[in-house]
Amino acid sequence: MTALVLLDHEDGRIKQAALSAVTAATQFGDVHVLVTGERSVAETAAKISGVTKVLHAADALYAHEMAEPLAALLVSLAGSYDQILASASAVGKNVLPRAAALLDVQPVPDVVRIVDADTFVRPIYAGNALATVKSSDSKKILTVRSSAFDAAPAEGGSAAIEEVAAVENPNVSEFVAVHLSASERPELDSARVVVSGGRGLLSEEKFRILEPLADTLGAAIGASRAAVDSGFVSNEYQVGQTGKIVAPELYIAFGISGAIQHLAGMKDSRVIVAVNKDPEAPIFQVADYGIVGDLFEIVPELTEKLK
Amino acid sequence: MKIVVPIKRVVDYNIKPRVKPDGSGVETTGVKMSMNPFDEIAVEEAVRLKEKGVATEVVVVSVGVQQAQDTLRTAMAMGADRAVLVLSEESPEPLAVAKVLKVIVAKEEPGLVILGKQAIDDDMNATGQMLAGLLGWGQGTFAGNVEVADGKVKVSREIDGGTEDVSLVLPAIVTADLRLNEPRYASLPNIMKAKKKPLETLNVADLGVDTTRRLTIVSVAEPAERKAGIKVETVSELVEKLRNEAKVI
Repeated sequence: MTALVLLDHEDGRIKQAALSAVTAATQFGDVHVLVTGERSVAETAAKISGVTKVLHAADALYAHEMAEPLAALLVSLAGSYDQILASASAVGKNVLPRAAALLDVQPVPDVVRIVDADTFVRPIYAGNALATVKSSDSKKILTVRSSAFDAAPAEGGSAAIEEVAAVENPNVSEFVAVHLSASERPELDSARVVVSGGRGLLSEEKFRILEPLADTLGAAIGASRAAVDSGFVSNEYQVGQTGKIVAPELYIAFGISGAIQHLAGMKDSRVIVAVNKDPEAPIFQVADYGIVGDLFEIVPELTEKLK
Repeated sequence: MKIVVPIKRVVDYNIKPRVKPDGSGVETTGVKMSMNPFDEIAVEEAVRLKEKGVATEVVVVSVGVQQAQDTLRTAMAMGADRAVLVLSEESPEPLAVAKVLKVIVAKEEPGLVILGKQAIDDDMNATGQMLAGLLGWGQGTFAGNVEVADGKVKVSREIDGGTEDVSLVLPAIVTADLRLNEPRYASLPNIMKAKKKPLETLNVADLGVDTTRRLTIVSVAEPAERKAGIKVETVSELVEKLRNEAKVI
């Protein structure tokens, strides 16, 4: 059996989450990957351990990974594959269900475990339940939760690169612009440590108190929906059911109460630390270590002690 | 232009779901049900487009059990003009729902279909994309802003590293993200008025759509409980624990 993985990338770099999808795909058999954009991205993809062939779609039509042309391309390639996978990223979630509908397949999103070739485990109800589902579709279309699979090593492979020609553009959509926020810190969904802030940070200015701590720990910064909605940080920092799902080694939650919505995004972290002035905050029920106190005193002290 | 808004009746987001003891699913009997929060945002956006004069009519559709009519009434109390209920089993899969919606779209001929980005029960995040695929329309998923002008809709999409703007030819599909708007509350007079608005009921069997499930639920289980943690008194104690006990720093 051969699986095809749609590898999403940004600025010529293959996303960490896409490497997790490769690991998941190796459980089915041979792994081919589809990449768009510059030839250099395909060359990077060819080195990923476990990948046996790279399909490179160089046409500018696919440069921005838009769902309409990319789903049409996937459908044209689908005949040779038993499984089509992508990471459960904004790109994977946008493109794969469209391709699935065109192939008359019910996709299985956010897979956290592959039991066998037909059976998959996925969280439902914001992670409050785990459903094991068996697919009767002849082709499986899955998105993979990156925190549940290790990333495939970026080096060690030597796959052949095959150029694939563009297929007809459905011509119903056009890319206009992208606005990315610049950050020097590690990507939130692949960081080893995440320092996260909630409503307890009080303001956009005060939220920055987390930055020296994050820099000391080499951590990514996250936020609760409350912090995002209050305008302290932009929404790409959001951890939760409707934001990013993370599972770092260490997750430190400052001034986050721990609503179900937020817990769905971080409760699989290995070690959780909670700092909150309310001893009854639900976050303490999932935290391995908690401190009840004022985060504006604790953050600088912790930063100092870790230096 | 007409706007169609598909909505779903789900377990209220404030309720902590309980897994049934036999592992067949999540308990829904006797549990408070509400409109899926993302669908409220979709309804709100459609009503705002009508208030701006962009849309002429807002039609809400739900595929599900008889009680979904309460959810449709709520949407009409928010400002939708009429409703269509497609009677079906409790929770059809996105593929089946997309096929049903395709039939409704062929009948209603809307200029725009606005859905929520995902339902908070099955967390699939697929129906809008699948409907767009089946119709061959453009899709503006995870929309944080929507502007309709000159036969096109410009959608600002929430993506992993920021936002992305796309322009879609109408008719098109939009799926609403949390930040698209703040849904309004239905006022009492509007709730009373909504009772008189038309609600058409159809049977999924009469639409010629095959809704056979493709995914069988083998089991539903509680996620592993986290071991109860401890509270520490000082920052020094915390650092010591993280270094020597948890070994994460």
